[in-house]
Amino acid sequence: MEQFEIERIIPLDIFGIDATFTNASLFMVIAVALISGFLIFSIRRRALVPDRLQSVAELSYEYIANMVRENLGEEGMKFFPWVFTIFVFILTLNLIGMVPGAFTVTSHIIVTFAFAAMVWIAVTLIGFARHGIGYLKLFMPDGVPWWLLPIIVPIELLSYLIRPVSHSVRLFANMMAGHTMLKVFGGFVVGLGVLGGWAPLAFMVAFTGLEIVVAFLQALIFTVLTCIYLNDALHMHH
Amino acid sequence: MIAAIPAFVAAAAEATHEGKSGGLPQLNPADFSPQLVWLALTFVVLYFILARVALPRIGEVIEERKDRVQRDLQAAERFKQETDEALAAYEKALSEARQKASGMAKEMRDKLADETDKERANVEGQLASKLGEAEARIAVTKSKALASVNEIAAETASAVVGKLLGEDVSPAEVKKFLQPAAE
Repeated sequence: MEQFEIERIIPLDIFGIDATFTNASLFMVIAVALISGFLIFSIRRRALVPDRLQSVAELSYEYIANMVRENLGEEGMKFFPWVFTIFVFILTLNLIGMVPGAFTVTSHIIVTFAFAAMVWIAVTLIGFARHGIGYLKLFMPDGVPWWLLPIIVPIELLSYLIRPVSHSVRLFANMMAGHTMLKVFGGFVVGLGVLGGWAPLAFMVAFTGLEIVVAFLQALIFTVLTCIYLNDALHMHH
Repeated sequence: MIAAIPAFVAAAAEATHEGKSGGLPQLNPADFSPQLVWLALTFVVLYFILARVALPRIGEVIEERKDRVQRDLQAAERFKQETDEALAAYEKALSEARQKASGMAKEMRDKLADETDKERANVEGQLASKLGEAEARIAVTKSKALASVNEIAAETASAVVGKLLGEDVSPAEVKKFLQPAAE
Protein backbone atom coordinates (compact mmCIF):
# COMPACT_ATOMS: atom_id res chain seq x y z
CA MET A 1 0.00 0.00 0.00
CA GLU A 2 2.96 2.30 -0.49
CA GLN A 3 1.07 4.35 -3.06
CA PHE A 4 -1.14 5.64 -0.23
CA GLU A 5 1.78 6.33 2.07
CA ILE A 6 2.19 9.88 3.33
CA GLU A 7 5.73 11.11 2.90
CA ARG A 8 6.88 14.06 4.93
CA ILE A 9 8.81 16.48 2.74
CA ILE A 10 9.23 19.67 4.79
CA PRO A 11 8.49 19.37 8.51
CA LEU A 12 6.45 22.35 9.65
CA ASP A 13 4.86 23.21 12.93
CA ILE A 14 2.46 26.11 13.36
CA PHE A 15 1.42 26.91 16.95
CA GLY A 16 1.80 23.30 17.93
CA ILE A 17 -0.20 22.04 14.97
CA ASP A 18 1.58 19.60 12.71
CA ALA A 19 1.49 21.31 9.31
CA THR A 20 4.21 19.29 7.65
CA PHE A 21 4.41 19.70 3.87
CA THR A 22 3.80 16.15 2.65
CA ASN A 23 3.40 14.55 -0.76
CA ALA A 24 -0.36 15.01 -0.26
CA SER A 25 0.21 18.74 0.29
CA LEU A 26 2.38 18.82 -2.81
CA PHE A 27 -0.37 17.37 -4.99
CA MET A 28 -2.98 19.65 -3.46
CA VAL A 29 -0.79 22.62 -4.42
CA ILE A 30 -0.23 21.14 -7.89
CA ALA A 31 -4.01 20.75 -8.31
CA VAL A 32 -4.64 24.36 -7.26
CA ALA A 33 -1.95 25.58 -9.66
CA LEU A 34 -3.30 23.43 -12.51
CA ILE A 35 -6.91 24.51 -12.03
CA SER A 36 -6.20 28.22 -11.62
CA GLY A 37 -3.62 28.17 -14.39
CA PHE A 38 -5.87 26.33 -16.79
CA LEU A 39 -9.00 28.39 -16.16
CA ILE A 40 -7.23 31.75 -16.28
CA PHE A 41 -5.07 30.79 -19.26
CA SER A 42 -7.96 29.35 -21.28
CA ILE A 43 -10.08 32.48 -20.88
CA ARG A 44 -7.22 34.93 -21.51
CA ARG A 45 -8.41 35.90 -25.01
CA ARG A 46 -12.05 36.30 -23.95
CA ALA A 47 -12.90 35.20 -27.46
CA LEU A 48 -16.42 35.51 -28.75
CA VAL A 49 -15.84 32.28 -30.62
CA PRO A 50 -14.05 30.11 -28.08
CA ASP A 51 -11.09 27.89 -28.95
CA ARG A 52 -10.84 24.40 -27.49
CA LEU A 53 -9.42 25.33 -24.11
CA GLN A 54 -11.89 28.15 -23.64
CA SER A 55 -14.71 25.78 -24.60
CA VAL A 56 -13.63 23.36 -21.88
CA ALA A 57 -13.54 26.14 -19.29
CA GLU A 58 -16.93 27.49 -20.40
CA LEU A 59 -18.42 24.00 -20.58
CA SER A 60 -17.40 23.18 -17.01
CA TYR A 61 -18.67 26.57 -15.86
CA GLU A 62 -22.06 26.17 -17.50
CA TYR A 63 -22.34 22.52 -16.47
CA ILE A 64 -21.98 23.30 -12.77
CA ALA A 65 -23.92 26.57 -13.10
CA ASN A 66 -26.86 24.67 -14.61
CA MET A 67 -26.61 22.02 -11.92
CA VAL A 68 -26.73 24.66 -9.19
CA ARG A 69 -29.54 26.56 -10.92
CA GLU A 70 -31.65 23.44 -11.43
CA ASN A 71 -31.22 22.27 -7.83
CA LEU A 72 -31.20 25.55 -5.94
CA GLY A 73 -32.84 28.06 -8.24
CA GLU A 74 -31.50 31.51 -9.11
CA GLU A 75 -30.96 32.46 -5.44
CA GLY A 76 -28.67 29.45 -5.04
CA MET A 77 -26.24 30.95 -7.55
CA LYS A 78 -24.41 32.66 -4.70
CA PHE A 79 -23.16 29.20 -3.73
CA PHE A 80 -21.99 28.53 -7.27
CA PRO A 81 -18.28 29.43 -6.73
CA TRP A 82 -18.18 27.19 -3.68
CA VAL A 83 -19.82 24.24 -5.47
CA PHE A 84 -17.62 24.80 -8.53
CA THR A 85 -14.49 24.81 -6.37
CA ILE A 86 -15.53 21.54 -4.71
CA PHE A 87 -16.18 19.95 -8.11
CA VAL A 88 -13.00 20.96 -9.90
CA PHE A 89 -10.80 20.37 -6.87
CA ILE A 90 -12.05 16.81 -6.33
CA LEU A 91 -12.10 16.10 -10.06
CA THR A 92 -8.52 17.31 -10.51
CA LEU A 93 -7.27 15.46 -7.44
CA ASN A 94 -8.95 12.27 -8.74
CA LEU A 95 -7.54 12.66 -12.24
CA ILE A 96 -4.01 13.52 -11.06
CA GLY A 97 -4.18 10.25 -9.15
CA MET A 98 -4.48 8.44 -12.48
CA VAL A 99 -1.00 9.59 -13.52
CA PRO A 100 1.39 6.73 -12.73
CA GLY A 101 3.52 7.53 -9.72
CA ALA A 102 1.32 10.42 -8.64
CA PHE A 103 -0.29 10.59 -5.22
CA THR A 104 -4.07 10.40 -5.00
CA VAL A 105 -5.13 12.92 -2.38
CA THR A 106 -8.78 11.80 -2.47
CA SER A 107 -7.84 8.23 -1.63
CA HIS A 108 -7.43 9.36 1.97
CA ILE A 109 -10.53 9.15 4.13
CA ILE A 110 -9.47 12.14 6.19
CA VAL A 111 -9.45 14.35 3.08
CA THR A 112 -12.81 13.20 1.72
CA PHE A 113 -14.23 13.38 5.22
CA ALA A 114 -13.01 16.94 5.56
CA PHE A 115 -14.77 17.83 2.30
CA ALA A 116 -17.98 16.11 3.42
CA ALA A 117 -17.80 17.66 6.88
CA MET A 118 -17.36 21.12 5.36
CA VAL A 119 -20.47 20.56 3.24
CA TRP A 120 -22.44 19.13 6.15
CA ILE A 121 -21.52 21.94 8.54
CA ALA A 122 -22.20 24.60 5.92
CA VAL A 123 -25.56 23.06 5.02
CA THR A 124 -26.58 22.77 8.67
CA LEU A 125 -25.56 26.37 9.42
CA ILE A 126 -27.39 27.67 6.33
CA GLY A 127 -30.46 25.62 7.24
CA PHE A 128 -30.68 27.01 10.75
CA ALA A 129 -29.81 30.53 9.59
CA ARG A 130 -32.66 30.53 7.07
CA HIS A 131 -35.35 28.60 8.89
CA GLY A 132 -34.31 28.95 12.52
CA ILE A 133 -35.62 26.18 14.72
CA GLY A 134 -38.03 25.33 11.90
CA TYR A 135 -35.15 23.58 10.13
CA LEU A 136 -35.83 20.67 12.50
CA LYS A 137 -39.03 20.06 10.52
CA LEU A 138 -36.70 18.46 7.99
CA PHE A 139 -36.87 15.39 10.22
CA MET A 140 -40.70 15.38 10.15
CA PRO A 141 -41.73 14.78 6.55
CA ASP A 142 -45.18 16.06 5.58
CA GLY A 143 -48.07 13.63 5.31
CA VAL A 144 -46.67 11.02 7.69
CA PRO A 145 -49.25 9.63 10.17
CA TRP A 146 -48.50 10.82 13.73
CA TRP A 147 -48.04 7.31 15.05
CA LEU A 148 -45.20 6.74 12.57
CA LEU A 149 -43.31 9.80 13.80
CA PRO A 150 -41.51 8.01 16.65
CA ILE A 151 -39.94 5.77 14.00
CA ILE A 152 -39.56 8.27 11.16
CA VAL A 153 -37.94 11.07 13.15
CA PRO A 154 -35.02 9.00 14.49
CA ILE A 155 -34.49 7.50 11.03
CA GLU A 156 -34.45 10.93 9.39
CA LEU A 157 -32.20 12.29 12.11
CA LEU A 158 -29.80 9.37 11.78
CA SER A 159 -29.69 9.65 8.00
CA TYR A 160 -28.95 13.34 8.36
CA LEU A 161 -26.18 12.75 10.88
CA ILE A 162 -24.66 9.97 8.81
CA ARG A 163 -24.52 12.12 5.67
CA PRO A 164 -20.89 13.23 6.05
CA VAL A 165 -19.86 9.59 6.51
CA SER A 166 -21.72 8.25 3.46
CA HIS A 167 -20.74 11.31 1.47
CA SER A 168 -17.03 10.89 2.20
CA VAL A 169 -16.70 7.10 2.27
CA ARG A 170 -18.26 6.82 -1.22
CA LEU A 171 -15.53 8.96 -2.74
CA PHE A 172 -12.69 7.57 -0.64
CA ALA A 173 -13.64 3.91 -1.18
CA ASN A 174 -14.00 4.33 -4.93
CA MET A 175 -10.66 6.04 -5.31
CA MET A 176 -8.81 3.64 -3.05
CA ALA A 177 -10.42 0.49 -4.46
CA GLY A 178 -9.62 1.51 -8.03
CA HIS A 179 -5.99 2.23 -7.26
CA THR A 180 -5.61 -0.95 -5.23
CA MET A 181 -7.07 -2.99 -8.08
CA LEU A 182 -4.63 -1.44 -10.52
CA LYS A 183 -1.79 -2.16 -8.13
CA VAL A 184 -2.82 -5.80 -7.65
CA PHE A 185 -3.15 -6.37 -11.38
CA GLY A 186 0.14 -4.59 -11.92
CA GLY A 187 1.59 -7.18 -9.55
CA PHE A 188 0.04 -9.95 -11.70
CA VAL A 189 1.61 -8.54 -14.84
CA VAL A 190 5.06 -8.62 -13.24
CA GLY A 191 4.43 -11.98 -11.58
CA LEU A 192 3.19 -13.77 -14.72
CA GLY A 193 5.97 -12.29 -16.81
CA VAL A 194 6.19 -12.13 -20.60
CA LEU A 195 4.25 -15.37 -21.07
CA GLY A 196 1.14 -14.82 -18.98
CA GLY A 197 1.26 -11.13 -18.14
CA TRP A 198 -0.63 -9.98 -21.21
CA ALA A 199 -4.08 -10.89 -19.90
CA PRO A 200 -3.84 -8.79 -16.71
CA LEU A 201 -2.12 -6.07 -18.74
CA ALA A 202 -5.07 -5.90 -21.15
CA PHE A 203 -7.41 -5.84 -18.18
CA MET A 204 -5.41 -3.01 -16.66
CA VAL A 205 -5.67 -0.92 -19.82
CA ALA A 206 -9.45 -1.35 -19.86
CA PHE A 207 -9.67 -0.80 -16.13
CA THR A 208 -7.63 2.40 -16.36
CA GLY A 209 -10.22 3.77 -18.77
CA LEU A 210 -12.96 2.79 -16.34
CA GLU A 211 -11.05 4.43 -13.48
CA ILE A 212 -10.90 7.72 -15.37
CA VAL A 213 -14.67 7.55 -15.75
CA VAL A 214 -14.97 6.75 -12.04
CA ALA A 215 -12.70 9.69 -11.19
CA PHE A 216 -15.07 11.99 -13.06
CA LEU A 217 -18.24 10.30 -11.86
CA GLN A 218 -17.29 10.37 -8.19
CA ALA A 219 -16.43 14.08 -8.36
CA LEU A 220 -19.79 14.62 -10.03
CA ILE A 221 -21.71 12.54 -7.47
CA PHE A 222 -20.03 14.38 -4.63
CA THR A 223 -21.05 17.70 -6.21
CA VAL A 224 -24.61 16.65 -6.98
CA LEU A 225 -25.07 15.45 -3.40
CA THR A 226 -23.69 18.78 -2.17
CA CYS A 227 -26.35 20.53 -4.26
CA ILE A 228 -29.09 18.24 -2.95
CA TYR A 229 -28.04 18.84 0.66
CA LEU A 230 -27.91 22.59 0.00
CA ASN A 231 -31.39 22.41 -1.45
CA ASP A 232 -32.60 20.83 1.81
CA ALA A 233 -31.12 23.75 3.70
CA LEU A 234 -32.52 26.41 1.37
CA HIS A 235 -35.96 25.04 0.54
CA MET A 236 -36.47 22.11 2.91
CA HIS A 237 -37.83 19.93 0.12
CA HIS A 238 -37.33 16.25 0.19
CA MET B 1 -0.53 -22.22 -15.54
CA ILE B 2 -3.98 -22.06 -13.88
CA ALA B 3 -2.56 -23.82 -10.84
CA ALA B 4 0.22 -21.25 -10.62
CA ILE B 5 -2.19 -18.31 -10.29
CA PRO B 6 -2.79 -18.57 -6.51
CA ALA B 7 0.94 -18.38 -5.96
CA PHE B 8 1.10 -15.23 -8.05
CA VAL B 9 -1.86 -13.79 -6.20
CA ALA B 10 -0.03 -14.40 -2.95
CA ALA B 11 3.10 -12.80 -4.35
CA ALA B 12 1.17 -9.82 -5.60
CA ALA B 13 -0.64 -9.46 -2.31
CA GLU B 14 2.70 -9.57 -0.52
CA ALA B 15 3.99 -6.90 -2.86
CA THR B 16 1.14 -4.65 -1.81
CA HIS B 17 1.97 -5.05 1.86
CA GLU B 18 5.31 -3.37 1.87
CA GLY B 19 3.98 -0.48 3.94
CA LYS B 20 5.97 0.73 6.89
CA SER B 21 3.40 0.20 9.63
CA GLY B 22 1.59 -2.66 7.92
CA GLY B 23 -1.89 -1.18 8.31
CA LEU B 24 -3.67 1.15 5.92
CA PRO B 25 -1.67 4.41 5.60
CA GLN B 26 -5.00 6.23 5.45
CA LEU B 27 -5.75 5.31 9.06
CA ASN B 28 -2.61 6.71 10.60
CA PRO B 29 -3.83 9.55 12.86
CA ALA B 30 -0.40 11.19 12.86
CA ASP B 31 -0.90 12.11 9.20
CA PHE B 32 -4.35 13.66 9.69
CA SER B 33 -3.23 17.03 10.95
CA PRO B 34 -0.90 18.00 8.08
CA GLN B 35 -3.43 16.85 5.50
CA LEU B 36 -6.26 18.84 7.09
CA VAL B 37 -4.11 21.96 7.39
CA TRP B 38 -2.98 21.83 3.77
CA LEU B 39 -6.41 20.86 2.49
CA ALA B 40 -7.97 23.85 4.24
CA LEU B 41 -5.22 26.13 2.98
CA THR B 42 -5.33 24.96 -0.64
CA PHE B 43 -9.14 24.89 -0.71
CA VAL B 44 -9.40 28.45 0.56
CA VAL B 45 -6.74 29.66 -1.88
CA LEU B 46 -8.44 27.86 -4.77
CA TYR B 47 -11.84 29.19 -3.71
CA PHE B 48 -10.61 32.78 -3.74
CA ILE B 49 -8.78 32.44 -7.05
CA LEU B 50 -11.86 30.92 -8.68
CA ALA B 51 -14.48 33.12 -7.02
CA ARG B 52 -12.56 36.37 -7.48
CA VAL B 53 -10.71 35.88 -10.76
CA ALA B 54 -11.44 32.85 -12.92
CA LEU B 55 -15.20 32.40 -12.59
CA PRO B 56 -16.17 36.09 -13.02
CA ARG B 57 -14.04 36.19 -16.17
CA ILE B 58 -15.61 33.06 -17.63
CA GLY B 59 -19.06 34.26 -16.61
CA GLU B 60 -18.40 37.63 -18.23
CA VAL B 61 -17.35 36.06 -21.51
CA ILE B 62 -20.41 33.81 -21.57
CA GLU B 63 -22.67 36.72 -20.63
CA GLU B 64 -21.03 38.92 -23.24
CA ARG B 65 -21.59 36.30 -25.91
CA LYS B 66 -25.23 35.94 -24.87
CA ASP B 67 -25.67 39.72 -25.02
CA ARG B 68 -23.90 39.89 -28.36
CA VAL B 69 -26.07 37.18 -29.85
CA GLN B 70 -29.13 38.91 -28.43
CA ARG B 71 -27.99 42.24 -29.84
CA ASP B 72 -27.23 40.74 -33.23
CA LEU B 73 -30.63 39.09 -33.33
CA GLN B 74 -32.27 42.38 -32.44
CA ALA B 75 -30.23 44.21 -35.06
CA ALA B 76 -31.21 41.60 -37.64
CA GLU B 77 -34.83 42.04 -36.64
CA ARG B 78 -34.49 45.81 -36.99
CA PHE B 79 -32.82 45.52 -40.39
CA LYS B 80 -35.56 43.21 -41.54
CA GLN B 81 -38.16 45.73 -40.45
CA GLU B 82 -36.31 48.51 -42.22
CA THR B 83 -36.10 46.43 -45.35
CA ASP B 84 -39.81 45.72 -45.17
CA GLU B 85 -40.53 49.39 -44.73
CA ALA B 86 -38.28 50.34 -47.62
CA LEU B 87 -39.93 47.70 -49.76
CA ALA B 88 -43.38 49.00 -48.85
CA ALA B 89 -42.30 52.57 -49.60
CA TYR B 90 -40.85 51.49 -52.92
CA GLU B 91 -44.01 49.67 -53.86
CA LYS B 92 -46.09 52.67 -52.87
CA ALA B 93 -43.91 55.00 -54.93
CA LEU B 94 -44.09 52.60 -57.81
CA SER B 95 -47.88 52.41 -57.74
CA GLU B 96 -48.08 56.18 -57.38
CA ALA B 97 -45.79 56.67 -60.36
CA ARG B 98 -47.86 54.17 -62.29
CA GLN B 99 -51.04 56.07 -61.42
CA LYS B 100 -49.45 59.34 -62.32
CA ALA B 101 -48.21 57.96 -65.61
CA SER B 102 -51.60 56.57 -66.51
CA GLY B 103 -53.16 59.90 -65.47
CA MET B 104 -50.75 61.76 -67.70
CA ALA B 105 -51.43 59.41 -70.57
CA LYS B 106 -55.17 59.87 -70.12
CA GLU B 107 -54.80 63.63 -70.00
CA MET B 108 -52.69 63.59 -73.13
CA ARG B 109 -55.18 61.33 -74.83
CA ASP B 110 -58.08 63.58 -73.83
CA LYS B 111 -56.21 66.65 -75.00
CA LEU B 112 -55.39 65.06 -78.33
CA ALA B 113 -58.98 63.85 -78.70
CA ASP B 114 -60.20 67.35 -77.89
CA GLU B 115 -57.92 68.88 -80.46
CA THR B 116 -58.91 66.32 -83.04
CA ASP B 117 -62.58 66.94 -82.30
CA LYS B 118 -62.07 70.69 -82.61
CA GLU B 119 -60.15 70.23 -85.85
CA ARG B 120 -62.80 67.93 -87.15
CA ALA B 121 -65.57 70.35 -86.17
CA ASN B 122 -63.66 73.11 -87.89
CA VAL B 123 -63.11 71.12 -91.03
CA GLU B 124 -66.68 69.92 -90.97
CA GLY B 125 -67.86 73.51 -90.54
CA GLN B 126 -65.77 74.59 -93.50
CA LEU B 127 -67.00 71.68 -95.50
CA ALA B 128 -70.58 72.47 -94.57
CA SER B 129 -70.20 76.10 -95.56
CA LYS B 130 -68.53 75.10 -98.79
CA LEU B 131 -71.29 72.58 -99.35
CA GLY B 132 -73.87 75.29 -98.69
CA GLU B 133 -72.16 77.58 -101.14
CA ALA B 134 -71.96 74.86 -103.71
CA GLU B 135 -75.59 73.97 -103.15
CA ALA B 136 -76.51 77.63 -103.48
CA ARG B 137 -74.51 77.80 -106.64
CA ILE B 138 -76.16 74.66 -107.89
CA ALA B 139 -79.57 76.10 -107.08
CA VAL B 140 -78.72 79.32 -108.89
CA THR B 141 -77.39 77.39 -111.85
CA LYS B 142 -80.39 75.11 -111.73
CA SER B 143 -82.85 77.96 -111.63
CA LYS B 144 -80.86 79.68 -114.35
CA ALA B 145 -80.91 76.49 -116.35
CA LEU B 146 -84.63 76.09 -115.69
CA ALA B 147 -85.15 79.66 -116.78
CA SER B 148 -83.13 78.92 -119.91
CA VAL B 149 -85.24 75.81 -120.42
CA ASN B 150 -88.37 77.98 -120.40
CA GLU B 151 -86.76 80.32 -122.88
CA ILE B 152 -85.70 77.42 -125.07
CA ALA B 153 -89.07 75.75 -124.69
CA ALA B 154 -90.83 79.01 -125.55
CA GLU B 155 -88.59 79.57 -128.55
CA THR B 156 -88.94 76.00 -129.62
CA ALA B 157 -92.67 76.12 -129.02
CA SER B 158 -93.02 79.43 -130.95
CA ALA B 159 -91.00 77.96 -133.78
CA VAL B 160 -93.09 74.79 -133.73
CA VAL B 161 -96.34 76.72 -133.43
CA GLY B 162 -95.18 79.18 -136.14
CA LYS B 163 -94.43 76.31 -138.44
CA LEU B 164 -97.70 74.67 -137.65
CA LEU B 165 -99.83 77.80 -137.95
CA GLY B 166 -97.81 79.30 -140.70
CA GLU B 167 -97.61 82.61 -138.98
CA ASP B 168 -95.15 84.13 -136.61
CA VAL B 169 -95.88 83.67 -133.01
CA SER B 170 -93.67 85.67 -130.71
CA PRO B 171 -91.99 83.73 -127.94
CA ALA B 172 -93.52 86.14 -125.47
CA GLU B 173 -96.94 85.03 -126.44
CA VAL B 174 -95.99 81.40 -126.19
CA LYS B 175 -94.49 82.06 -122.85
CA LYS B 176 -97.77 83.56 -121.69
CA PHE B 177 -99.44 80.31 -122.52
CA LEU B 178 -96.70 78.18 -121.13
CA GLN B 179 -96.29 80.07 -117.91
CA PRO B 180 -99.16 78.45 -116.05
CA ALA B 181 -97.99 75.03 -117.20
CA ALA B 182 -94.50 75.70 -115.97
CA GLU B 183 -95.74 76.81 -112.62
